[in-house]
Parts: sequence; C-alpha cells; structure tokens
Amino acid sequence: MTYPTQFRYTKEHEWVSLEGNKVRIGITNHAQGELGDIVFVELPALEAQLEEGDTLATLESVKAVSDVYAPISGKVVEVNEGLEDSPETVNEDPHSKGWLVVIEVASPAQVDSLLDAAAYEKYLSSE
Amino acid sequence: MRYIANTEADRRAMLDAVGVSSLEELFNDIPRQVRDRYQPIGLPERSELETVCKVHKLAPLNAAWEQYTSFLGGGVYDHYIPRVVPYVTSRSEFSTAYTPYQPEMSQGTLTAMFEFQTLLCELTGMDVANSSMYDGATALAEAVFMAERIAKTDKVAVCRSLYPHYRQVLDTYCQATGIEVVEVPYDHIGRYNADSLPTKISALVVQSPNTFGIIEEMNGLKERLGAALLIVAVNPISLGLIAPPGKAGADIVVGEGQPLGLSPSFGGPFLGLFACRKQYLRSMPGRIIGRTVDAQGEIAYTMTSQTREQHIRRGRATSNICTNSTLCALAAAVYLAGLGAHGLQELALLNLEKAHYLAERIGSLPGYSLAFSGPFFNEFVISVPGDPQSVCRRLARDKILVNNPSSLSELGVKQALSFAVTEQRTKEELDSLVNALRDIT
Amino acid sequence: MKTIFDAKGKREGKVLPALDVPQQGLEKLIPHSLRRSRKPRIPALSEPELVRHYTRLSKLNYGVDDGLYPLGSCTMKYNPKVNEDLAQLPAFADAHPLADERLVQGSLALLHEASRYLCNIAGLSDITLQPAAGAHGELTGMFLFNRYFRERGESKRKRMLLPDSAHGTNPASATTSGFSITQIPSGEDGMVDLVALRETLDETVAGIMLTVPNTLGIFEERILEITQMVHTAGGLCYFDGANLNAFLGQARPGDMGADAFHFNLHKTLSAPHGGGGPGSGPVAVSQCLVDFLPVPRITKDENGYHLDRNFPRSIGCMHSFYGNFGVILKAYAYILLLGDDGLHAVSDNAVLNANYLQERLKKTYHLPYDRLCKHEFVLSGEKLGQGITTFDIAKRLIDYGFYPPTVYFPLIVREALMIEPTECEGKETLDRFIGVMEKIALEAKENPELLRAAPQHAPVQRLDQTRAARHPILTYPFDELPE
Repeated sequence: MTYPTQFRYTKEHEWVSLEGNKVRIGITNHAQGELGDIVFVELPALEAQLEEGDTLATLESVKAVSDVYAPISGKVVEVNEGLEDSPETVNEDPHSKGWLVVIEVASPAQVDSLLDAAAYEKYLSSE
Repeated sequence: MRYIANTEADRRAMLDAVGVSSLEELFNDIPRQVRDRYQPIGLPERSELETVCKVHKLAPLNAAWEQYTSFLGGGVYDHYIPRVVPYVTSRSEFSTAYTPYQPEMSQGTLTAMFEFQTLLCELTGMDVANSSMYDGATALAEAVFMAERIAKTDKVAVCRSLYPHYRQVLDTYCQATGIEVVEVPYDHIGRYNADSLPTKISALVVQSPNTFGIIEEMNGLKERLGAALLIVAVNPISLGLIAPPGKAGADIVVGEGQPLGLSPSFGGPFLGLFACRKQYLRSMPGRIIGRTVDAQGEIAYTMTSQTREQHIRRGRATSNICTNSTLCALAAAVYLAGLGAHGLQELALLNLEKAHYLAERIGSLPGYSLAFSGPFFNEFVISVPGDPQSVCRRLARDKILVNNPSSLSELGVKQALSFAVTEQRTKEELDSLVNALRDIT
Repeated sequence: MKTIFDAKGKREGKVLPALDVPQQGLEKLIPHSLRRSRKPRIPALSEPELVRHYTRLSKLNYGVDDGLYPLGSCTMKYNPKVNEDLAQLPAFADAHPLADERLVQGSLALLHEASRYLCNIAGLSDITLQPAAGAHGELTGMFLFNRYFRERGESKRKRMLLPDSAHGTNPASATTSGFSITQIPSGEDGMVDLVALRETLDETVAGIMLTVPNTLGIFEERILEITQMVHTAGGLCYFDGANLNAFLGQARPGDMGADAFHFNLHKTLSAPHGGGGPGSGPVAVSQCLVDFLPVPRITKDENGYHLDRNFPRSIGCMHSFYGNFGVILKAYAYILLLGDDGLHAVSDNAVLNANYLQERLKKTYHLPYDRLCKHEFVLSGEKLGQGITTFDIAKRLIDYGFYPPTVYFPLIVREALMIEPTECEGKETLDRFIGVMEKIALEAKENPELLRAAPQHAPVQRLDQTRAARHPILTYPFDELPE
C-alpha cells in the first residue's frame, strides 16, 4: 500500500489530513500491520480538549494495548463511531474508512512541520 | 524424597552435562551470608502414614460436627452437597491443570467456565459474568472499585444491613485506596431506609437477602440513583425464588457462591460471584471465557477480553486478580446442573418453608419475637428475652450452633439472635431448638 | 451434548427431601413483587448424563497428572493425593467459619502451626494467611506499605519501583493501591541495573517489588545491595514469592532483606491449581509491618487458640474469613511430608532439572542470558527461521503431548519461551522433552507448515482469538438456531 501524498505523517505512525481548520487523524498501514488484528478501538469524548502528546485513542489487539497520541493540539469534533462495531476497518482500510478522529486545531500551520509521504517512507525503511 | 523421580545416577549425569561438580555449586549465585543464615524448621521427613496420623490428631480438637445441629449462616450455609459434585471436581484433569492459557489443551475447564458464566447470568438476570473471584467479600470490593472507575466518584454508599465480614473487607479496600464509604441505615422492617439515600456517590451497595435475612424491595431504586451504579449482593440459592437483581436494574451483582456445592471448610476456598451489564464489560475484573471457532470452524472456548487483565495491561489493568476460584466455579456448575431450574426452586422453597416454620414456632414462645417484619428467605432475627450470649452458650451445651449475637449487636440490633435454616434441618431438629429455647426461659 | 444447555427436556427424579413441616406456600411467604416470574434456564441433567458430560470435558483438559507441564513461573509440580483426603476430613471440611472458636481449636491449631512453618521458611517475623492468591498477597503487601508510610507521616512516598521483568500482577497491585510505577531496567546480565536503581531512589520512593529469582530464572546476585539501598533510602522491599521453588529450604527472603513476602501455596507448596484456582497467598512480614497485619490474627495462650481482632493498628480484613483454609491445609501437610531435608531436595532437583534442560536446549534454541539459572530459564524462539514464532513452537509441542511453556513472558525477551520443569520430573522425561524440542527445531527448517498448522492432535485446532474478542459470545446463545 502506498502512502497518500496529501497526508502528513508522524514517527509514531499516524497520518494527519488537513481539512480547513480541522485535521482528520488515523494510523498508518505500517502501524496497523504491527498491531495485528484490532479488536477494539477506544475513542475520546466529543468536545474533549487535547494537548499534543495526550492519548487520543486506544487500540487493542487480542493480546496488546496501544495508545495513539495526539500529534497536534485541538478539540475533538468528530469520532469514527463505526469502529465500535467494526474495529477491523482500521486493519482493512487504515488510510480512509479506518480514520479515528477529527480535531479542530488552532494553528493548522503546525501540520506542515510533520513528515510528508516521502520522508515517512524513508523513515520506515530506516527504522 | 518420594515426589522426586531423579536417581542419584541421574543427578550425577545431569551435573556432568551442566558442567558443575555438585548441587551446591548451582547455588553459588545466592550470597554466602544469606545461605549461612538459613535455619531449618526442625521437621523430619515423614511417611504418608505418619503425616496422616499427625493431621488426624488435630481433627478431634474440632467439634464432632455430626453431633451438632447448625443454624449458622452469614452467607455460609449447611446445604447438602450431592456426591457427584466432589466426584467431578476431584478429577485430576480439572484439579491439577493451570489457568487455561493454552486453549487447545484446556477445553474442559474453558467449556465448564462458559457454562458457569451462563448459569450465573441466568440466576442474576445480568448479561455477562466472569469465571469467579476469591470470595463474596472481595467480589464486592472489586465491584466498588469498578463502579468508582465508571462513575469517577470517590464515594460509595453501603446499606448498613450488609454482612459485617463483607463490610470489613470493603472498608479495608476503600481505606487503602481513598474511597469514602457512607452508610444507609435500615428501618424497622429490616430494609434499607429509602428516604436517606446519599448523593454524589459512585454506587449504592444493597444486599438481598441482607444480613438480617430480609429480602430487599428494589423496584424503582435504580431510577433514584441517577448516574450512580446499583450493586447487589445475593445468595444464589435464594434466586431460585426471588426476582433476579437484573430485573430491578442492578448494574453489578456479586455474591458468595459457597451455597452452590462447597463445604464450609472454615471459610475457604469459596467462590466469588461477579456479573454485570454488558455495557460495563470492559471495566470488569477477572477472567472471562468466550466462545469462538477453531481453524476448522468447530465451536471452541477461550479466555477473551484479556486486554483488561494484568498480564497484558499491567499497571492499568481493571484488577490485579489472576488466580481465582475456577475449581469452585466448576463445583457450582455441576451442583446447579444436577438440580435444574425446577430443583433449585424446590430447594429454595424447602429452605423458605422450614425457616418460616421455625420462626413462627420460636415467635410463639413467651418473650421471643421476630425482630423485623420484612419478608425473609432462610435466615431471620429473633429478639430474645435476656442476654443473647448466655442463650447462645446454653444452646451450645445442647450441641446447637447459632450465630454469635455480637455481630447483630454491633449493627444496633440488641438482645437478638439470628438463625439460618437449610433443607438439611429436620422438623425434629427445629422442634428441639424450640424446646431448648423454651427451657432456657 | 456439547454444553449442559444442549440437554433439552426435563428429567424426572427425586433429588430433594420431602417437606416435613406444615406447608404455608410461597404465595403467603414472599410477596408477588419480590418473586421470580421466569425460571432461570438451568437444565436438569440426570446423574449419568451429568457425569458423562463432565468426564468428557475432563478428557479435553490436561493436568499435571497427565504429564510434563513446564509452565514457567507457575511451578506445576505433582500434588500429593493424601492432601486431598486430609482436606476432606469432616472435622475440617464441615467447620463453619462463624462457629465459636472453642469448637474449631483443631482448625486454629493447624493454621497457627502452618503460620509458624511458613514464617520459618520465609525467615520473617509474622504472617497473614488471609490472601487467597499470589496477587491478593501483593495487594495485601501494598496496603501494608501504604499504612506504614501513612503512620510515619511519609505519605509523599508514592513511587513503587519494579524491574522491567516483573509479573503483570506487580504493577497492577501497586497501582490499585495508589502507587505510581517506576520501571527499573535490567542490565545485560539480566539483573537489576544498580546504577539506574541508585539514580531513582529518593524520598518519594515507597519501595521495590522484586521477584527472586527474577522471571528470567536468574538470582539477583546483588540482592543484599539492592535491599540495603532501598532501605537506606527509606523504602520497603516486597518479594513476589512465585519463584520460591528455586531456593526452598536453602535460603530465606527475610535474610535477603525482604519486608514482605508472599507465598503461592498452590505453586511451591503443592496445592493443586484447579485450572485457575483456588490458590492461597499468605504474606510474611518483617517486624516493622507486624502491627499492621490483617485481623483476625490467630493467637495462642493458656486457654488455647483465638481469633484475635484486638490489633488497633491493623489494616483490617482482606478476606471474608481466615483465608483458603482447605488450600493451607494441603500446604501444611506437604511441609510435614517433606520435612527440612525434603524441602531442600525440592530446590536441589528443581534447579538441577532447569539447568540440565537449559544446557541441552541452548544448542538448538537461542538463550539470551547464558549463565547458570535457578528453577527456570527463558529461551527465545526467534532464531528458528522460516518466520516461525514461539506461538508455533508452543502449538507444535501440544501435538507431541506436552503442555507448552509460558510464552511471550517476560516481556524483555523477544519471542520468549519460559521453561520450568520443577523437581518432580525425572531425567527420562526431560530427555524426551529435549528430543521433542530438537525435533521441532528441525521441523521448523524442513517442514515449517507442520508448526504453522499445529496442533493437529488436540481436541481442537488453533482458535480464532480475534473473532472471540471482536464479537464476544460470553454466555450460551439460547436463541441461536441449530445448524
């Protein structure tokens, strides 16, 4: 799977897609592969105010629990409710239907400091 | 030593293979000064016969229970245990197995625990159950911890009519973790006083039948609790007759499973019962067994929802529990499947009828009366003329065992005794107790 | 019949005695609103059906009596049969916990004597028998530590130190009790890194939780320095006793600097594990914690034994009653059977067996910490090639009729295989196990599919754990249509 060029990425294997003053966040294909079959996704409450580095979501596989940290500060305005019944979507379609949350950010420009697709792929091959 | 298979020649060969000259050399990593300080207990190795003799010498220091008539209760009841129960649990495939980490070699335990969870849900009217906790009191303490996590409030309300031993464990757990415990008083009927429910609590703990034996009325209670959870402690046998707590909106149900085929065994091992609503599954403590399929599509059972547990979530687990009471839960499953729903109802009815017969007989004696007017199941409190401790002692002389009145007294019920009656008590025994009480007055 | 719920219909037969008092009727005795309106769906099985069902289920299980059970950290040793009979003696089994203490002097004498033996084995001052399992013992220990610091006015001591090789119950017990966790890394030798330990010690440290030997099966050679450093910093030392089998009868936690130490009577002292419990986890403590032990405590004077609640500084009660008496009795009988020499022989043979297995298996499997071990050791399954994992090795062992070792623990070893043979296995069994492990390593190279498809010779094949977790079925689906 290729990494969409319109996204930005973090070294913690999240993707970030800027949509106006909001960003949509998910985990990368690489991350879902490392985690294995995801069986449960715990998402934040709507309106929750997150600081960069706060726990954004918790993903559980059969025998592991992984936190996803907020790559950028902001307010949660949308969560992917469909994941409650179909957590497998994160495995099957991590870059699209498997998104986790949308947060409203104060300074969208922050996103520019994240990795672009080429830099992320380079990072993956060096890891 | 007879539980060791190695011969001296084996040990020699193994030491050679490892490349050390003596067994002692294998322990060189333990500091010399620690090993030098070792003090033996002073016990010889004993044959099996000698060991049996030594333990048998302690046995007669206990009462010869077969000569006594027991009216002891407090969550631990003298029910008959069909022989098939210990027969099944003594099969070593069950008793000498470990926690079912490898499901392919543990389908026996796993299937039985799945059955146990189902039975408990049927009894309590709850959606999910775990495969056991240590005992009733620790199950309750864990329920209160769970409610605190869900409701995020450091205060829990507890009916005063809770078993004192449950309350003491709960107080210990709460004191150590900074949870405030507030009390809900009981009224003249023996039920919690519904007019004095505290607010801003994580949960209300109600026991039914309570420590006075009284069946609590819980209709409409849940609605009055707002965001707080309703935790109900039960006697599983009583649920053959009385409405399951799930019907009254309970969020968590706990209880002591000893009545389901376990010996009193001086207080343990027992069986902590724990069930709750499905929505709280992820906050539950303890091991949970689920049904799935194997690679060939055949139905099979496995430990599931393990990310809640300590071996995965470590410091953020829902509980630290690992070893529980699996074999006792197996006993409960065998006990219940031997009775069936109808048998359980009949059993509960026997307990109910005999307890009421006794209560009425005692209540008709001059000076004796029921302390509370509420409906009761198989245990009840009687106000007695004179000092209950001396009544207790007089009964003991006739080899009749009753609950120590001090625990009632500590709950503010003075001059009273409580009696528990099971299907094992014959009319003759009940009448003997009545006669003994009459003689005392 | 797959489960009891697959038995349809109602069985007849008299299972209960007749009512011998005048009947009043349910309607009169319990108001309608309090009564059950629908019967629970509990099947009634005839006794032959019941026995056959559970006998069949038992055959799908594997216990110590079936063969080698090398589950690391679990000490799956043989459980002497005489202990089962002793626990069923009516004098003990029928003793009600609320009976007058004068009527249970035998039970109390047994508990009192067992306490004395256990204190001696631990090398500590006093003990509580209340904890019902190892983790329950840890929780008790953490509550004791809590109280100790509160009484000393040192409530700021809220950090518990844990090596990264610790059992999961340790951090869970510590956080449940309000402590925060500071993880101490292990050095290259598999032992606590003293430099890292020294750096983190300060006035916020409540103590350390150690497993001795640690979960790699390595004895902390600098144990006295570790405990002394923690004590000097004002902290307390908790010892997780899961691995006591490594030095039973030869060394004592109290002499190593432990302030609290829990036994796992269902591991080290031969009480059977019951497929997951009941266990028993008595906690022995040093003098500084004795006053805080749970009540009632069992005391003795000229009038006999007492359930004494008069200890005002006690943390309270950890169990409904006095602990798992039936389990304690089995451990007591085991100590009597073995005596001092037998206890010593246990650790001798347990450690010899483990070292022999380690020495032989390290030729085929990667051994990350290559040194003498105690009663267990940890291999890694990662270097077999062909993408074979420890999971595959474990499942293939099932085909050869062995219960697999503990897998994927401790977390500091990749693809961990934690092997504990116990003293009970003889060289013959160990050699057979070695032969099978070597054969599996060969299969991994030549025919890896055999491993990936394993087990083939078990009651069921590999389970779909993902399905179990994503779509939980936790009770019998009564409404499910038959296939």
